[in-house]
Amino acid sequence: MIRPAASIGRRLTLLLAAIAALLSLLSWGMVSSFSGQAAARTQDNVLAASVATIAETLRSEQGTVRLELPYSAFAMLGAISQDRVFYRVSVNGETLTGYDDLRGGRIPEVPGEVLFDTLAYRGETVRMASISRAVSAGREAVPVTVSVAQTGNGIAQVTSGLSRTAAMLSVAFFILAVALSAIAARASLRPLNEIAQAVSRRGPSDLRPIRRTAPRELAPLMSALNRLMDRLGQSIRRSEDFITEAAHRVRTPLATVRAQAEIALHTVTGDEEKKSLRRVIRAVDESSRSTGQLLDHATVAFRAEDLDRRKVDLSEITRSVVESLSPTAEMKDITFDLSSKPSPVRGDAILLQTALRNVLDNAVKYSPPETSVRIDVRCEGKLAEVEICDQGTGLGAGPVEHLTERFRRGDNVAGVVGSGLGLTIADEVMRAHGGSLRLRNLDEEGTGTCVLLVLPLA
Amino acid sequence: MRFLLVEDNLELADSVVKRLGMDGHAVDHAENLAMAEDCLATAEYDLILLDVMLPDGDGRAFLASKRADLETPVIVLTARSQISDRVGALDQGADDYITKPFDFTELEARCRAVLRRRNGSARNEFKLGEAVFDPNSGTIQHANESIDLRNREIRLLEVFVRNPGQILSKSQLLDRLFSYDAEVTENAIEVYVGRLRKKLDSVGVRIETVRGLGYRLCI
Repeated sequence: MIRPAASIGRRLTLLLAAIAALLSLLSWGMVSSFSGQAAARTQDNVLAASVATIAETLRSEQGTVRLELPYSAFAMLGAISQDRVFYRVSVNGETLTGYDDLRGGRIPEVPGEVLFDTLAYRGETVRMASISRAVSAGREAVPVTVSVAQTGNGIAQVTSGLSRTAAMLSVAFFILAVALSAIAARASLRPLNEIAQAVSRRGPSDLRPIRRTAPRELAPLMSALNRLMDRLGQSIRRSEDFITEAAHRVRTPLATVRAQAEIALHTVTGDEEKKSLRRVIRAVDESSRSTGQLLDHATVAFRAEDLDRRKVDLSEITRSVVESLSPTAEMKDITFDLSSKPSPVRGDAILLQTALRNVLDNAVKYSPPETSVRIDVRCEGKLAEVEICDQGTGLGAGPVEHLTERFRRGDNVAGVVGSGLGLTIADEVMRAHGGSLRLRNLDEEGTGTCVLLVLPLA
Repeated sequence: MRFLLVEDNLELADSVVKRLGMDGHAVDHAENLAMAEDCLATAEYDLILLDVMLPDGDGRAFLASKRADLETPVIVLTARSQISDRVGALDQGADDYITKPFDFTELEARCRAVLRRRNGSARNEFKLGEAVFDPNSGTIQHANESIDLRNREIRLLEVFVRNPGQILSKSQLLDRLFSYDAEVTENAIEVYVGRLRKKLDSVGVRIETVRGLGYRLCI
């Protein structure tokens, strides 16, 4: 199993989310600062209007400067917020009316110009606007300065309210952006997933090139994959051809030897000669059986690596194996007693056939003539079971668990040709399918063997 | 019965021809697919034994191309015991397969099974006086009655009817009847002869014991 590196999808999502977070933060900062500036500007404009209105009402009466504070000058300040308002009107630096201690702001030099200051007054920060105007009192004009100050609480409140709203909007924007980036990442990775699925859905022997339209970026990967499969297919075909050829070269001469020996057996008369011819035939049988089972064993190991998990009916497979072995059983007048119920399982039909053939072959081999082999295919709960019981020699007194080990044979089968691979093959096939193989003697005396093959139902 | 054997290994083919001949079968041998075509064009066969790997092609491909207009059952001879190969042979339309090296007793059993499945297209019957013995189905038909024989009884009777009037020794019968990995003694022959005699009682056919030599079938 390959340990996956960081997922592309997650990386893409994280990257997009980080960008979204940065943009959200930036937009929040900008909105807050703009709203703060806008509020401050509004306050300044109102303060300027207020001082201008007050300055308008200044007039001179009998050589003194007089003033009637217009209500509207303060009402407009209340329109922004419920802040405290201070004012001072001074003539030549002498306070005419208002708060005498409201000092510290700059005095505008040019008449009509409004100057703004932020200063501390009575423990609070205030914004102050000042305007100067020359009022003619008698012969000469005197400079009059009007100052209006307002605390900043309302402005701060408005600003922080706006900033909160901006923050909330930014968070919402961020969440939306993360969700959209996840969707976008998934969508852009979909072609990759589709290709992966198309490959993994295939059976173990399907090495045809993948014919799918893929995005341009994936084309090199696809063609590399197809080339790899092509090479793999060629190498598998070559090794299969080699095995076929090798088997052919070994087994054809063996067949010739066996046939010749059999003919000789019918023509010679001496007991000694017959005995040695039987030994030849037996040796040929032994070697052909072993090569067959070694090939089977290799096939099982190869196919179990990447198991085909098609839905197959275990009872159908059993029936076909029973049918193909019937002539062999008939030679010994052994009858197969098959009772079966449809038992769907997921697996490789060829492997399951190999397993059943090996078990049934054993049953025929170790059964005395004119007996029967009982085969029962059934469903038990969530399991499919095949039980194969013969009336043969049984498994002997030794422990039965080891009999599925490679090249292990029972301690009571010395007279029968065998390689000791049959049960190993069956056991490996069962394990590869998530099942098991169990052995037991049919009865206490040890005559007869029962092999139970168990597989999960599909 | 008449067999067509398609096999490129001459020594093996020679022994198969001889061995099947001992059981009274006629075997034509074709060394390659071209010769097999010629044989099929000129003669009728009861059964074809077809090797998979031949010098001028794959036996299975030949089978696939022929299957549509070929009624004769085919048993494929394969050198590979791997099951995928066998399954492949059956998919291409073979009736059965047998793995080299093969036991002639098994080959015969498979031929019989195939012919029986094909519903006895081959006429392979023997007259036993007034009765008829069909080794493929393993029955004796006598006066509207059918007597079933077990496999070894069929084999035994077949050996007798193919060698009419001859005295067959226990050891000869033993060699013909059993595959060689079975530990069978000549006593077993006595048992089977005894059983066969009982079944032949009603037919009016006897198996004589020739003291010290063996048995003979008297019709």
